[in-house]
Amino acid sequence: MTTVLLTDITIFVLALLVGFEVISKVPATLHTPLMSAANSIHGIVLAGAMLIAVTAHDALGYILAFVAAAFAAMNVVGGYVVTGRMLKMFRRSRTPVADATAPAAVSGNGQAPAAGQRGGQS
Amino acid sequence: MSAFDWITQLLYVAAATCFVLGLHLMNSPATARRGNQVSTAGMILAVATTLALVAHAGTVTTTGWIVMLAGTLVGSGAGLYAARTVEMTAMPQLVSIFNAVGGGAAALVGIDDYVRLASGGIAESTTVFTILDVLIGAVTFSGSIIAAGKLQGLIDGSPITFPGSRAVNVAAAVIAVGGGIYMIATPSVVVLFIIILAALLFGVTMVLPIGGADMPVVISLLNAFTGTAVAMAGFVIGNWALIIAGALVGASGGILTKLMADAMNRSIRNIIVGGFGTGDSAPAVEGPGGDVRSIQADDAAIQLAYAQKVIIVPGYGLAAAQAQHQVAELASVLEERGVEVSYAIHPVAGRMPGHMNVLLAEANVPYPQLKEMDEINPEFPRTDVALVIGANDVTNPAARRPGNPVSGMPILDVDHAKSIIVIKRSMGHGYAGIDNELYVNPKTSMFFSDAKSALTELTAAVKTLVS
Repeated sequence: MTTVLLTDITIFVLALLVGFEVISKVPATLHTPLMSAANSIHGIVLAGAMLIAVTAHDALGYILAFVAAAFAAMNVVGGYVVTGRMLKMFRRSRTPVADATAPAAVSGNGQAPAAGQRGGQS
Repeated sequence: MSAFDWITQLLYVAAATCFVLGLHLMNSPATARRGNQVSTAGMILAVATTLALVAHAGTVTTTGWIVMLAGTLVGSGAGLYAARTVEMTAMPQLVSIFNAVGGGAAALVGIDDYVRLASGGIAESTTVFTILDVLIGAVTFSGSIIAAGKLQGLIDGSPITFPGSRAVNVAAAVIAVGGGIYMIATPSVVVLFIIILAALLFGVTMVLPIGGADMPVVISLLNAFTGTAVAMAGFVIGNWALIIAGALVGASGGILTKLMADAMNRSIRNIIVGGFGTGDSAPAVEGPGGDVRSIQADDAAIQLAYAQKVIIVPGYGLAAAQAQHQVAELASVLEERGVEVSYAIHPVAGRMPGHMNVLLAEANVPYPQLKEMDEINPEFPRTDVALVIGANDVTNPAARRPGNPVSGMPILDVDHAKSIIVIKRSMGHGYAGIDNELYVNPKTSMFFSDAKSALTELTAAVKTLVS
């Protein structure tokens, strides 16, 4: 067993424990947004999908890179936007009915610069 | 390690910190939005760091860049569109789809790594993680698509079994695991694709026999799977950000799966492996007989309007009838009269964990009124009217006694209220297939109607009464 592998396993186990600790404190009221937020966090696989491109030099590599990037980007962008949209609906007091289908401005805009950045650095 | 490596690794640590902080801030509705923003910031940081890594590698061809950017843009567009247009009642389907694509992407990362390195010889330890990544990712992908299809009504929501379906399921599992073990000793791309197909088949045959009422557990479990697959992908490509983020999601999905299974009085193994009693028509069990008292809108309205404290108990039926706006309107009319209104939310109300809260929040119900089971149960004895809408088994007092299908299931103590009104279409059984003793309680009045029209009638009746 290599040191690298041992380090990876250590990180994995500790992250699991942190996850259990933090998430067990989330109230049942927020379980749907929590799952949606967790959903967007596993969109980090976009990083892995992008790294496929580093070594892709044939058709199979390109196809894998494209599909993986599309899947992961859908996961990450959709996840954050819908979580934001849901959380916006939770209000402390009754307020005039807002348009529930309005786009979630915060996370929606949050993702836009990311796409721009990608283009800029390339 | 070069300075560049140091910086990128530290940036990944910063991103992981943002994810943990983001989840931590979700512990209260007041800070949850900030949590989502912190988490988003972490994700932007992680993606930007990866972009720098990719650019720094310098081996990406022009086609590679185009493919990567095009894929990202297409996916982002699809995700953005889905997230902005989805109805809150359709949230479980959307979460399932995101689970599917997340798991699928994780599997693809593993496949790419294996196919590329198969000829050059891979370390055995890496192969183990690649196989786990690909298998879990593929199962999540096909399983989540089936789950989404069932939730959307594209696939029959009741348990689907065909002759030999269990055998196919077991065979798929054996091929997937057996092929995986073979691959550790003998690297083979052909075997990789065989086990992928077996895993996809396993995902389908795992979810098909699971009934609609068990969906909260299935979605949570698939969420945990996706997280684990992403973490395994992190092991494969040696990326800590993926390992940490995947572990966090795995923990979250695991906790929710446990909570849902407990709240439904089922073991996880029972739901996944058993596949029995997963329909809405389990064999009926004789309950104690008794007279059922039915009530009309006017009488129910009088009870509600002259109450001091009303607890509304919404269940799956309310979500199915999409009557959350009607219930919120009735509550606001009552509140204007000075009636204290709160909502008792059972953990499995709705189609995914916490679903009912989101539906009511969308209907403009302030979150302090949404009470969890443990919080609201002591309040029932001093409640004048408990209004049960489309909830059945979770209110059955029989759960307190041993020897029946709901024994031991955590329930809302609705029968402790001074009087009870149940809105229900018929005396039909709930998911557990037994009579609800609450309905024959002398304090209970049954309002036989569809949730939406019943609530509209009630609201109108209360308004007439008041004016």
